[in-house]
Amino acid sequence: MSRVKRIVLDVLKPHHPNVLEFARTIAEQDSGYRVNITVEAVDEKTETITVTLEGTDIQFEQIGEAIAHMSGSIHSIDEVTVVGESQS
Amino acid sequence: MNLFQELRFLLDISRSHRIARRYFVTNGFDGALAMLGLTMGFYITDAVAVSTVLNACMGTAIALMMSGLLSAYISEAAERQKELHELEQAMVTNLAHSAHGKAARLIPLLIALVNGGSPFFIALLIISPLWLNQYGVVLPLGPLETSIAVAFGIIFLLGVFLGKISGTFWLWTGLRTLAIAVITGLLILLLQAG
Repeated sequence: MSRVKRIVLDVLKPHHPNVLEFARTIAEQDSGYRVNITVEAVDEKTETITVTLEGTDIQFEQIGEAIAHMSGSIHSIDEVTVVGESQS
Repeated sequence: MNLFQELRFLLDISRSHRIARRYFVTNGFDGALAMLGLTMGFYITDAVAVSTVLNACMGTAIALMMSGLLSAYISEAAERQKELHELEQAMVTNLAHSAHGKAARLIPLLIALVNGGSPFFIALLIISPLWLNQYGVVLPLGPLETSIAVAFGIIFLLGVFLGKISGTFWLWTGLRTLAIAVITGLLILLLQAG
């Protein structure tokens, strides 16, 4: 088994919800999540953001669904930190 | 996310609070003035049965509701679809299953309910003394006079609400809308004089 501890995503999102609401929604997916968002570019209708998510066991599918629900689109996974655990 | 939170979220992302609030006031004002006009029209007409007034007012209230519901739904649905389409083009993706897609489907319904519901419920409040009279409740004034007083009161309250929204002095905006109602009433009274 391995656990995803950190993940950096390149995301395209509409202006609404704003980054604060966006970060809150992602953080609410699990009690241990720590979210950092950096706005990289702002266009007429969209924003390109970098989402850095840290946690003890990040559930990527769930995060992807939350982002899609907010009309965001994951363009790429730019970084991951995965910790492997030996099976006992 | 419960239903209330979801609705709040959809209103937030579609920035529809202001539209719903504006529709509530403008169509509510329409409903209140229409009821004021009707009740005053019957007031200056001699010997009209309360049941006749009630039926005429209910008919008008229902027509206002239907007009509000359909006009808002048709126009809002078209606007929301256009906005969604533009956003989908910018995002280069289909947003039908996202919150924006849901908002494009649900928000026109919600706004239509506000637009049609506000004149209807305001009209019901204004004609409630007529109902009470039908059920034998004794009113301090006559049923028509009480309805007219309620209409003035509601129009004043709509003005107060506008004052609260705009951040101006509530009494001033309340008195301003009340003045519009008084002028309307005076114009109707002129009919009798003529």
